[in-house]
Amino acid sequence: MKNEFQVIADLIEKDKKVLDVGCADGTLMKFLKDNKNINIRGLEISKQKVQECIAKGLTVIEGNAEKDLKQFPDKSFDYVVLSQTLQAFLNPELVLDELLRVGKKAIVTIPNFGYWKVRFHLLLKGTMPITKTLPDEWYNTPNLHMCTIKDFFHFVKSKDIKIFKSLALNNLNSSTINESNLGVKNLFADLGIFLIEK
Amino acid sequence: MNTEKNIKTLIVKKSLKLDCGKTIKDFPIAYETYGSLNSKKDNAILVFHALTGDQFVTGINPVTNKEGWWSYAVGPDKAIDTNKYFVICSNVIGGCMGSYGPSHKDNDQNIFGTNFPVITINDMVNAQYNLLDYFGIDKLFSIAGGSMGGMQVLQFISNFPDKSKTVIPIATTSSHSAQNIAFNELGRQAITADSDWKDGKYTLKNTTPGKGLAVARMAAHITYLSKKGLQEKFGRKLQEREDLKFGFDADFQIESYLRYQGSVFVDRFDANSYLYITRAMDYFDLAKQFNGNLSKAFINTNAKFFIISFTSDWLYPTQENKDIVIALNSIGADVGFVEIESDKGHDSFLLDVPDFLSALKNFLDKSYEEK
Repeated sequence: MKNEFQVIADLIEKDKKVLDVGCADGTLMKFLKDNKNINIRGLEISKQKVQECIAKGLTVIEGNAEKDLKQFPDKSFDYVVLSQTLQAFLNPELVLDELLRVGKKAIVTIPNFGYWKVRFHLLLKGTMPITKTLPDEWYNTPNLHMCTIKDFFHFVKSKDIKIFKSLALNNLNSSTINESNLGVKNLFADLGIFLIEK
Repeated sequence: MNTEKNIKTLIVKKSLKLDCGKTIKDFPIAYETYGSLNSKKDNAILVFHALTGDQFVTGINPVTNKEGWWSYAVGPDKAIDTNKYFVICSNVIGGCMGSYGPSHKDNDQNIFGTNFPVITINDMVNAQYNLLDYFGIDKLFSIAGGSMGGMQVLQFISNFPDKSKTVIPIATTSSHSAQNIAFNELGRQAITADSDWKDGKYTLKNTTPGKGLAVARMAAHITYLSKKGLQEKFGRKLQEREDLKFGFDADFQIESYLRYQGSVFVDRFDANSYLYITRAMDYFDLAKQFNGNLSKAFINTNAKFFIISFTSDWLYPTQENKDIVIALNSIGADVGFVEIESDKGHDSFLLDVPDFLSALKNFLDKSYEEK
């Protein structure tokens, strides 16, 4: 399991009710279910991935986060997880609002467009950056709204969303982000992980 | 209509009050089982059949000598694995494969015909519930069914919220739409317009409204297929001829196919049963039973739901299946949902659709491991 999922799992206490939005093949769901006795549900847009989840014995609903989150009642999950998908929505702000309505807390991870390798790629090569977390070409990437850790940090603050924890992930190292080290983390982390609440 | 020797029957002694207000008792329910009930009696799956189905789910139907209606899904090592599970299915009341229906006789030994009470989906599942007592099953492992079978699944878990661990409604709806009712009415009108219907007393008069019933089946059959499926299978292909004949014989293969579907149906199905069962479907509106709030139908159950729809099903389209998912999510129920890609229309649930069969198998087997 990738390090990002380990960090997310560490943020969630045992025996909670969790919704994994864009749960893909259910790797994180399965880990949470087996290791933390989590009552876990998934929402996934790909039929193929939904089938993979069913084969793992996971409860998944085929659906689209931009349309289908509205069916869940307010605060019906302890945590709602959204891993590296926010930037792919037509309206990320709306999805973020929905995550925080449905979940008592939300864990959102974003690929950091401020990562130094991304910046260097554009600066030196002059072409759209391709990295481990951003593997697609400009013409086939699902990402519509790329942002940096700094962007997201400011965005969340401007919406009066409470940040409980913000972590910068670089390969296997995770470290805490705060106001004073934001510039450095924004340069050296390829992924930001935020535990938020509204 | 049926060969009694191959039909297992439970006579229900308890009286059952029907939605129409009448009470029935000492009535027969014809059933069949597959696989064996384990010693803990926790491996039973109650399967509900659709409009024209019967209790003979899989293998050769001893009455029609044709494959059972869900042979693709049920059997040894299949999605509903009879090596593992004990599958029970019964003919609905109102039906014509041995359960209490319009071809039965009343207390005065007259064939009911249209004097048989109008039954509902609710009446059907209340009647079938007696099978649990008969087999000594406290809780089913699963209930499953497609189309009208799915309606019975929904009604069953609403009526008996703690009687099944898992619940699988397939290609179904919680409420018959105007379009659904319209197609059923077309079928009923075809039957009753047949001069051989004789106000439902055709058996007494030694006739059968075969033409009307065949037309009803032909119209309904079109609704079970998709436009794309029909086009790919038949297109404008001609039936055993080089060119158009400028007449009203079956020039096109699709015409010949529908005529064949109509004619074989007449041999196995009772016209009055067709009237009664389509009426039961039209009356089905689960939300209405709970003042318009579908969620309330499921408020008392902890069962795990798995809802399946098909992309090309326009009879019970994905959105109607999703409405059930939404109602369940709004009360925090345990519900999974998948829409299966298929060109085979509503009939997809009866056919060899690998993604459907593997989803069904995986859901059941994984849920069984966890029980």
